[in-house]
Amino acid sequence: MFRDASLMAGKDLRVELRSHVTTQQVAPFAILMLILFGVALDPDRGILTRASAGLFWVSVLFCSLLAIQRAFTIEAADGGRDALRLSGLDPAGIFLGKAAAIFVQLGALELVLAAGVVVMYGTEITGLPLLVATCLAATAGLAAAGTLYGVLAAGLRVRETLLPILLLPVLAPVLIGATRAFEAALGGAAADGWPWCGLLAAFALLYTAFGTLAFGPLLEES
Amino acid sequence: MEPVVQLHGAVTLLGRFPALAGIDLEVAAGEIVLLRGPNGAGKTTLLRLCAGLLPVARGQAVVLGHDLANRRQARSLRRRVGLLGHATGLYDELTVADNIHFWGRAAGASPTDIIAALTACGLDGRLAGLGVATLSAGQRRRTALACLLARRPELWLLDEPHGGLDQDGRDLLDDIVRQAVASGATVMLSSHELDRAAALAHRVVTIVGGTTDALDPLPTSEEPVLVP
Amino acid sequence: MTAPHTAPPGPAGTSSRATRGLGVLSLAGLALLLGYALVWSPPDVAQKDAVRLMYVHVPTAILAFTACAITTVASAMWLRRRSEGWWVLGGAAAEVGLVFTGICLITGSIWGRPTWGTYWDWDPRITSTTLLFILLVGYLALRSIDNEAGGAAPRGMRGAIVGLLLLPNVMIVHFSVDWWRSLHQTATITRLDPTIEGTMLFTLMLGIVVFGLVFAWLLIHRFRVGWLEERAGATGLDQALVERRAEAGLAAAGGRS
Repeated sequence: MFRDASLMAGKDLRVELRSHVTTQQVAPFAILMLILFGVALDPDRGILTRASAGLFWVSVLFCSLLAIQRAFTIEAADGGRDALRLSGLDPAGIFLGKAAAIFVQLGALELVLAAGVVVMYGTEITGLPLLVATCLAATAGLAAAGTLYGVLAAGLRVRETLLPILLLPVLAPVLIGATRAFEAALGGAAADGWPWCGLLAAFALLYTAFGTLAFGPLLEES
Repeated sequence: MEPVVQLHGAVTLLGRFPALAGIDLEVAAGEIVLLRGPNGAGKTTLLRLCAGLLPVARGQAVVLGHDLANRRQARSLRRRVGLLGHATGLYDELTVADNIHFWGRAAGASPTDIIAALTACGLDGRLAGLGVATLSAGQRRRTALACLLARRPELWLLDEPHGGLDQDGRDLLDDIVRQAVASGATVMLSSHELDRAAALAHRVVTIVGGTTDALDPLPTSEEPVLVP
Repeated sequence: MTAPHTAPPGPAGTSSRATRGLGVLSLAGLALLLGYALVWSPPDVAQKDAVRLMYVHVPTAILAFTACAITTVASAMWLRRRSEGWWVLGGAAAEVGLVFTGICLITGSIWGRPTWGTYWDWDPRITSTTLLFILLVGYLALRSIDNEAGGAAPRGMRGAIVGLLLLPNVMIVHFSVDWWRSLHQTATITRLDPTIEGTMLFTLMLGIVVFGLVFAWLLIHRFRVGWLEERAGATGLDQALVERRAEAGLAAAGGRS
């Protein structure tokens, strides 16, 4: 299973390296979101700094939708689904591999967004351990749940509109938890934030476990 | 020895439509069987069934000892077969070599097998480093063939494999098929190129309306070909 | 020439003695509830007559939650048994649940107006109920698409997985929203905790029972309609096989002439 996962993840990341979609399209989209928030919320009133945790995570959420759509568009081309079923790869391994690749890509996007938030919103970084832990846990949850719902929507013609409405309510707890943890860290009260980080980790574990089990049957739906 | 493929009255549904409405077919080990028939007859569906991709709704279907009525057995059958379909399943963003490497490794092929497959299909050298998106349809076909070859499947399922290939490519395909059979594989292929395919095949089976007609002998040049 | 395909005679409607009895009981219960809710129970000290909406809001909330539980269990059973009944039940429960969630949100919003001064306050229950509403909408949208998809594999897996996750998602969302909003406990009047005792408590209990009856009645009917749809959709396989094989006969005749 893990051998298949690393093969799959390696392939996905290699596709990204060759096609540059995340770096050339999704990352600019992330920056664009930060700018649009700034335009909408008027930078001079200090809202941006106070709201930076929330704005950061909302941006991450929308970028994750793009990343997940992209991850499955790669497979949809030219009979990829059949090929995966025939390939001899363990479906659980395919799930973990895809989720891992999405995790890496989202992590890179988060770094870009973090830089953007610091520079554009004037946020000061405090409580770094909590921030990092939150990012890891939240991103794992996003990647796992996203891969599961992504494959679900992947075979359907309406996937672009259906995926958001299916996935975002499910991810609302991640948004809540990650934002509260970030606020605690940035506000200097890191101790309040760790329980939220625990919630995120539990969410990630739940969806990773469930996705590993459910991915195989879902892949069979052609 | 037990036949590689045993189908008796096999019925397969696509949604509610019975794409296969009763197939009787036995293929012995080492045979090359040509499937012919009009468009929509069910040739592609039959090949996909034998690959373990489709469930059998009625009748019996046993391939390489795997009972296709059992989902688990159907799934475990897949790594023993190789399907070359209309779609290639290749990743456009990667190179030829990357694709063959990925699909080969996924099936557990060794690096030697993978390189051998590359060479056998004439894809070493300059072509290996080209992105699949830049290839012609025939070159893609060859790449997909190499991916299949790397897996060393026991049962080859080829869906109109000559389509899109130039003369050299077709000769290459025929050679590879013959070599595979010589090493113990079994081949089922569907084709509209009846002359070439019939020369390759040991026998011909006609599929019409999702069922098998009587087993035809090899068509002579005078015998009319079934037209839809 | 094949015999014309006749469908077996089905029931004239989805009623039965049981549902008629249930329906009568529900109507009677509703009448009684109206009496108690509007007239016989006292207005709340703080909220006056606005509290009467509670008798609709709370039961519908409970039943919406129950509907999610039913959908999840039905999805789990479908995954085990693959029988159509569980598939239909999952969808029926979700649809009825959607209606009840809508009523819950509207009554909640109207109830909140006099108490909070606005139609929306980020009260944890309203917020998580709204997310529940969208979860149900998404589930039903997926089901309707899944229904049309042809495909080689039996349809329903996608809907079943999302349905299976429905209750866990609702619970996780509810829990995290609740925790989040509890951090912001300001002096707002917690609307859902007026002192309930005596007649008010009785009316609330009555409301839960009556709406439970209405829910059951709706669910049974919706289930039966869905079941009939399934039966109607499943044409005989034998008929389809005959038609498919007839292609061979026609083709042979055309080719050999």
